Amino acid sequence: MTTGVGVASTTGVSVELNDLTRVYGSVRALDGLTLHMEPGEFIALLGPSGCGKTTALRILAGLDEATSGTVSVAGRDITGVPANKRDMGMVFQSYSLFPHLTALQNVEFGLKLRGRATKDRATRAGDMLDLVGLSEHVDKYAAEMSGGQQQRVALARALAIQPSVLLLDEPLSALDAKVRTQLRDEIRRVQLEVGTTTLFVTHDQEEALAVADRVGVMSRGRLEQLDPPAKVYADPATPFVAEFVGLNNKVPAEVVSGQARLLGTSVPTLAGSISSGAGTALLRPESVTVTADGAGTSTVRSVAFLGPISRVYVALPDGAVIDAQLPSAQARTFEPGSPVTVGVEPTTLLVVPQTS
Amino acid sequence: MTRAVRACLWVLFGAFFLFPLYAMADFSTRNLIKGGRTLTAWANLFADDALYQAIITSLSLAVLTVVAMLIVLVPTMIWVRLRTPWAKGAVEFLCLLPLTIPALVIVVGLKNVYLWVTYLLGESALTLTFVYVVVVLPFAYRAIDAALSAIDLRTLAEAARSLGAGWTTTILRVVVPNIWSGILSAAFISVAVVLGEYTIASLSGFETLQVQIVAIGKSDGPTSVAASLATLLFGFVLLLALSLVTRGRRRV
Repeated sequence: MTTGVGVASTTGVSVELNDLTRVYGSVRALDGLTLHMEPGEFIALLGPSGCGKTTALRILAGLDEATSGTVSVAGRDITGVPANKRDMGMVFQSYSLFPHLTALQNVEFGLKLRGRATKDRATRAGDMLDLVGLSEHVDKYAAEMSGGQQQRVALARALAIQPSVLLLDEPLSALDAKVRTQLRDEIRRVQLEVGTTTLFVTHDQEEALAVADRVGVMSRGRLEQLDPPAKVYADPATPFVAEFVGLNNKVPAEVVSGQARLLGTSVPTLAGSISSGAGTALLRPESVTVTADGAGTSTVRSVAFLGPISRVYVALPDGAVIDAQLPSAQARTFEPGSPVTVGVEPTTLLVVPQTS
Repeated sequence: MTRAVRACLWVLFGAFFLFPLYAMADFSTRNLIKGGRTLTAWANLFADDALYQAIITSLSLAVLTVVAMLIVLVPTMIWVRLRTPWAKGAVEFLCLLPLTIPALVIVVGLKNVYLWVTYLLGESALTLTFVYVVVVLPFAYRAIDAALSAIDLRTLAEAARSLGAGWTTTILRVVVPNIWSGILSAAFISVAVVLGEYTIASLSGFETLQVQIVAIGKSDGPTSVAASLATLLFGFVLLLALSLVTRGRRRV
């Protein structure tokens, strides 16, 4: 695949969503969402179904109207501007290629509306299809392409018009796992190449963490946290973020002077944790240590092989089961029923009240 | 089912449908006075001025009805699906309503309305376009509704708009090409309905093809049958064209 042939890099623009609220009857789909995107930034909005992430994207695209709040792009208020005047490229969750047009004609569509000369738009559309690795499929109709190819064409079509903002509404959710990973990486490569400010909506945390400059975790119409992926993962701002991003074990803990005592270990607590007393620690599987110990009071329940890593499920003395992520080479040494000792890697933990 | 049984059924049903047409062709080319064959009845379709004018009137009515029906129905149905889906049931009910009302009742009901129509537009038979648009609504609605259901209208429209298309461009360049088979079906069914409509035109006192066929049938049977057969053949040609045109189109 050639990259960047004739594809001019664009300078991204800033995007500002200010106190957006969207009410549908008695449901508040968005509840005061405020989000600032730097020029050229790739932000992923992550959250469960119904959290408002797609509503936010559709309001930015002009396909939905906010009940209150404003939308600004490059410092210009575009709240009342219709979708077709916003100059945004969008890739949809469902396949959105125009079935009566070929791949090339689909990519040319937006350019034609902008009055670009026939030769000019054919060249540009060809370059964009080349960028997404589909230069040999220009004459194919949507019905003749796979789902992954259709989404690539949709990406080329969205980028061909050199949009001020690229909007991706769960574009990978209809694809199989392998194609999803390939296209995910390709979207990021292309975005870096063209430099367009991009908002990516997904409910798949792996996708969000893998491609975004910053990840915004949403819940019930609100932004719970907006930070770089590593920080969202390692330093969740709220119990919801801690529980939604990554798998978690819930282990009883005692907090004393900023230190959480659990599983015979003491580790520092994260901001947002309870200040003292009994609580529940949210412990990542990769932070759990398991050691073979004939005198251990915990017991291996089962081992799940996942390729380079394995999950080891261990029953604690109180009967609760904890999930540990270990290298497969180490996990292989454990048999169901083996006595073990469970500990915690040096890390920081979020400890929430026991009722959470 | 064996091939023999299948062949028998084909022959049986073929004969059932084709025999009346053969009988019409036979009768319309028969010289009732001198015996033998003659094409006089078919020549009368053009030579008889009243019949020729009625054919022109009916064809004009068919074209006007199709154009008016498409202009009213297609954007409305698209708009309802995209912007006011809660109104779909009401629109469907209104469109299917003419099917349940006898033509005679429609004529009586429209009498007062047509006083104004003829006052404003004159006594032209082409004013029947308005009532014919209503009469073809149930058939046209079903055809277009099926075509719209077969595409992801919302996503296609939103994709077009995000690329810079206004509503008119979205409808004409994105939606219409993808519901073309439904539009053609609606158009051809409407043409068939208009060309076959007798009651409303007759009771309203307008000279359309069907009214003329009945009138001529009282004095010149072969010409009347020739006109009927010509109408039927025209309908067949339209349906054949429909299947040929839609067969070649690519769909998801």
